Amino acid sequence: MKKLINNPEQVVRDMIDGMVLAHPDKLKNLPGTNVLIRAHAPAQGKVALVSGGGSGHEPSHAGYVGVGMLDAAVAGEVFTSPTPDQILEAIKAVDTGKGVLLIIKNYSGDLMNFEMAAELAEAEGIQVAKVVVNDDVAVENSTYTTGRRGIAGTVFVHKIAAALAEKGASLEEVEQVANKVIQHVRSMGVAFTPCTVPAAGKPSFEIGETEMEIGIGIHGEPGTHRTAMASADEIADILLSRIMDDMKLIPGDQVAVMINGLGGTPLMELYILNKKVSQILKNRDISVYDTYVGEYMTAIEMAGCSITLLKLDDQLIELLEAPADTIAWKK
Amino acid sequence: MLIQSDHIIKWMELVNDQIDRQKDYLTQLDQAIGDGDHGINMNRGFKEVIHKIHQTTYDDIGKLLQDIGMVLLSKVGGASGPLYGTAFIKAGQVLKGKQEITINELGQAFQESVNGIKLRGKSQIGDKTMLDVWEPVTMYIQQNENTLNIRELVSYAREQMENTKELEAKKGRASFLGKRSIGHLDPGAVSSFILFETLCSILLEENLIKK
Repeated sequence: MKKLINNPEQVVRDMIDGMVLAHPDKLKNLPGTNVLIRAHAPAQGKVALVSGGGSGHEPSHAGYVGVGMLDAAVAGEVFTSPTPDQILEAIKAVDTGKGVLLIIKNYSGDLMNFEMAAELAEAEGIQVAKVVVNDDVAVENSTYTTGRRGIAGTVFVHKIAAALAEKGASLEEVEQVANKVIQHVRSMGVAFTPCTVPAAGKPSFEIGETEMEIGIGIHGEPGTHRTAMASADEIADILLSRIMDDMKLIPGDQVAVMINGLGGTPLMELYILNKKVSQILKNRDISVYDTYVGEYMTAIEMAGCSITLLKLDDQLIELLEAPADTIAWKK
Repeated sequence: MLIQSDHIIKWMELVNDQIDRQKDYLTQLDQAIGDGDHGINMNRGFKEVIHKIHQTTYDDIGKLLQDIGMVLLSKVGGASGPLYGTAFIKAGQVLKGKQEITINELGQAFQESVNGIKLRGKSQIGDKTMLDVWEPVTMYIQQNENTLNIRELVSYAREQMENTKELEAKKGRASFLGKRSIGHLDPGAVSSFILFETLCSILLEENLIKK
């Protein structure tokens, strides 16, 4: 393991400190916690949005804390959901009495910890609502399993729900629009190399030089299948066809596209992928409203990418366009 | 002789040693079907448990278990934090105010742990989770309280753990794999086995149970 760290057990602490030092105008660390809140929190007169999860997905989630997006992000240990006491501190720090929306990715650990925090917050008289993002079409959405995972599509949920909150909407309205985004967003990823959790010290899985794992999770958890390495165009075809089958897009639909790097893939390659993605969409008569290419939800240094489509309507476009000023998302 | 706080403390020390020794194994199991952090998280949690319970003296077994649960809840993270945390907090509530307890009372406390794990994890037996060890082992303790044989209990617990290998995961990250989760042990079931196995060795060492 060759990593730019001091001590595997200190990576989250050191990262948070470095982040606040780099962006003191946007973020502050809630003392004694791994919670990052807006530099000027609490933001008065609006519903507050809290998200978070394991570390190692940067810029998610602290990268989206700021005006027009999240009020707080809770960082767990690497790939490990944060604990209820930390989430509770975040909720208490940003609530102004209008209530707090928790944006949770669909993993058992995240759900349990956020649910416990919500129960504790409600016991203290804070109004809390929860939405669960499950955009990953690589996983079957079955009532007999935990269901689909939450991946890069979560960032669209942050952006759009927060834009409505910023306009002064009620907790119920913000929750509704968040759920609307969740219904309209789909993603799928692929990995070419594994990632190494610092505390584990070795790669989370093995993969051959000429192989790729289709439908990978953002924690290096296995995908749907492993196959021979393909070209960027072929990969665009594989991922996009699964996403579009699931979304049932029809000609004339309008989408936002996110081409997300998983931490170890150069922008050059992400743009190469996007070339084919936009061709496919054009051939299907799906119009691309906007395209986001970069690292939004990573998996430490895993080489690979995910594609996300968000089906838009007038309301979602307006909220997507609303101003935001965070480390990783500016509008 | 009855079970006292000191026995529980010794138990936790032994759990901590075992988890420390087996953390790479637990992490490997989790890498196969989950996200590869179970050993790391459990190791961090039980280290903190030891740190906490060595700072205070405990007469009240309930308070001790409650403190253990709170530390696990706030230090482990992932799914294991809330589940193990809930298990110990619930057991602590049943044994509140007790300075010594029988095997029977311990079994009753574990029953409440099982209820808590089910509620928190929305899981049931056969979902390939820690519950597949907790529930049958608790029932076994309750059903055999007067004639409990330590070797039989350990081999029964091991059998339950090993049975998770053939199950298809319905909960947690392993459930994303569906049928491909078959053939792998559930890491939570293995750490739960470590918990019960170490408990048995303490009960045996302290002459609290039949050989």
